[in-house]
Amino acid sequence: MYRSHVLICGGTGCTSSGSAKIEEALRTEIEKNGLSSEVQVVKTGCFGLCALGPIMIVYPEGTFYSMVKPEDIPEIVSEHLLKGRIVSRLVYQETVTDDGIKSLNDTDFYKNQHRIALRNCGVINPENIEEYIGRDGYQALAKVLTQMQPDDVIQTILDSGLRGRGGGGFPTGMKWKLARNIVKDADQKYVCCNADEGDPGAFMDRSVLEGDPHVVLEAMAIAGYAIGATQGYIYVRAEYPIAVQRLEIAINQAREYGLLGKNIFGTDFSFDIGLRLGAGAFVCGEETALMTSIEGNRGEPRPRPPFPAEKGLFQKPTILNNVETYANIPQIILNGADWFASMGTEKSKGTKVFALGGKIHNTGLVEVPMGTTLRTVIEEIGGGIPNGKKFKAAQTGGPSGGCIPAEHMDIPIDYDNLIGIGSMMGSGGLIVMDEDNCMVDIAKFFLEFTVDESCGKCTPCRVGTKRMYEMLDKITKGNATLEDIDKLEELCYYIKANALCGLGQTAPNPVLSTLRYFRDEYIAHVVDKKCPAGVCKSLLSFEIDPDKCKGCTACSRVCPAGAISGTVKNPHVIDKSKCLKCGACMEKCKFGAITKK
Amino acid sequence: MSSKICSVPFNGTAEQEAELLKVISERKHEKGSLMPILQKAQDIYGYLPIEVQKIISNEMDIPLEKIYGVATFYSQFALNPKGQYKISVCLGTACYVKGSGDIYAKLQEILGIEGGQCTPDGKFSLEACRCIGACGLAPVLTVNEDVYGRLTVDDVKDIIAKYSE
Repeated sequence: MYRSHVLICGGTGCTSSGSAKIEEALRTEIEKNGLSSEVQVVKTGCFGLCALGPIMIVYPEGTFYSMVKPEDIPEIVSEHLLKGRIVSRLVYQETVTDDGIKSLNDTDFYKNQHRIALRNCGVINPENIEEYIGRDGYQALAKVLTQMQPDDVIQTILDSGLRGRGGGGFPTGMKWKLARNIVKDADQKYVCCNADEGDPGAFMDRSVLEGDPHVVLEAMAIAGYAIGATQGYIYVRAEYPIAVQRLEIAINQAREYGLLGKNIFGTDFSFDIGLRLGAGAFVCGEETALMTSIEGNRGEPRPRPPFPAEKGLFQKPTILNNVETYANIPQIILNGADWFASMGTEKSKGTKVFALGGKIHNTGLVEVPMGTTLRTVIEEIGGGIPNGKKFKAAQTGGPSGGCIPAEHMDIPIDYDNLIGIGSMMGSGGLIVMDEDNCMVDIAKFFLEFTVDESCGKCTPCRVGTKRMYEMLDKITKGNATLEDIDKLEELCYYIKANALCGLGQTAPNPVLSTLRYFRDEYIAHVVDKKCPAGVCKSLLSFEIDPDKCKGCTACSRVCPAGAISGTVKNPHVIDKSKCLKCGACMEKCKFGAITKK
Repeated sequence: MSSKICSVPFNGTAEQEAELLKVISERKHEKGSLMPILQKAQDIYGYLPIEVQKIISNEMDIPLEKIYGVATFYSQFALNPKGQYKISVCLGTACYVKGSGDIYAKLQEILGIEGGQCTPDGKFSLEACRCIGACGLAPVLTVNEDVYGRLTVDDVKDIIAKYSE
């Protein structure tokens, strides 16, 4: 027995900010103070508050230390762990109150959250199966195998109202039911897990894999029992090395404990899981492309029907669910469908994990009940926009989604509401933008992404997205006419209707949603030849305010084009015909005399 | 697709080839094993020159054009060798809205190369990458396994200097 446990976040965010060095320093220091038998150090998955990493929590007190540096460790060990005095200067300041330290669950970031998919992340050591078992792990699998028929399992998932968390929102139970029934007497079926989280800005699946890999294995085995499959595949991004490593460890441990392999729990159900690494192709997040890729081919999508429930991987009936979807399954089995269905909105049940990023204080992962408003997520949990800037839009759904303007901040977030306002849930990336972001530039950014990631199989996507990109480029350079905007819009609808797979069909969404809510900005680029946010370089002009300029000559010396002239102690002038708009002068000016418009 | 046929002469060793052959013989009967084998081959050689693709083609009895098709489809497979220090700048959305585009431009300026290229001395190669999932630290770049987060354009020079010795 240990009297104290120190949990250190070993997720990608904190590892990138140096948590491995903290762990090493901590172990050395604990050893040095002779506390090895009293204090245990546990490396966990993600706590969610990535903005403040590296993070560590000391139990039993629950003290939350943030942005810890290796040189802080001796003080934490000698003061807190040895003498029991909390080092308050290093504690997350939100938890510090006048009469001591409050619980993490009472802070703005955590108090509105409800964790189901992330329940073990940051709580257990993901590399130790016993810690997962200690948190009811593999109990749901035992219950399913010993007390439930496959049809009961499917009915439970159907009744819970769980919908796919990867983006589309298709009812999970329905998918399972089809795969169980559509082909009679299939000799082989497959259960696949989509861990090819490609939406830039979404990282909840990575956090589940890193922080709680066994939950995915358990849920896949449950799915295997439900549809009658004996083999599963996890298709995971190679860009997530920590997740891959923890999955490998977890699969081996589960096999050792007899929780994967032959005759699980002494029943005649056998199930095993293989790992397949992606190789950097966004389109492989599309279900048929993912299966083509596992088969060892170029990851191009196939036309549907036939749907994977009938002919999927290796032409056999297959189900594919994403990581977060699976992470909900064991809890639904243990607590019942009614429990899960009691959370959320009428058509979207349970919770959803969002990855908060962009111009927001508390970047990180949050899990909230469906139906929470965007305002709660951004202003309360996320802590609002830094530097006193004004909120402009929230982008959800990645390259397939859209931008939500301030006027829709109060709608409850669920699948159908987001589609209603021209965006989509996607996998849950939520990027906040402020007044300094140009919406035309953002649309162009996403189109550049889609052009690059289009697999090339169908013409509407391969050629159409490229033409869209060119039109947007023309707009941001100030060379477009109003007619171009109409053409762009027409092309959007054409691609939406005609592309082969989800990537192409949703590629126009960033353009359509910004046109819908920020048409003014498009028009400003086209008619006034101005970028209101000051982003699009071709439309900017730099000017020196003669009242503020002291004539220090710093700007004229740094200008690479020799566009600035003037004499010492007299106001300088920019020759706009020579100016390259690089902004070097503005960075250099100490008096704030140079502005861009 | 930025991959082109490689102009750098191939200089694989007998040890590397023996290692590759071992991997192929272990896995070639597994369903859909081409991708894992290509990944392993890239680990061994650092990239996938046409010579390596030919070995895989012969051993696995898969036409070379199919192997080339797969190798050029996925952005992680490289047909050109990388620099000693691989610099990747994240251009995912979270990093982009926080200015990673400017950081990428600065690196191109300092190194004198474009994305996807390698400096003539073989020291640095530069590429843009998609989200690495460290959005909390945006904007982010990586040099081999090292991650640098919360960057400003001014940090770029110091990072390059660190690896230039």
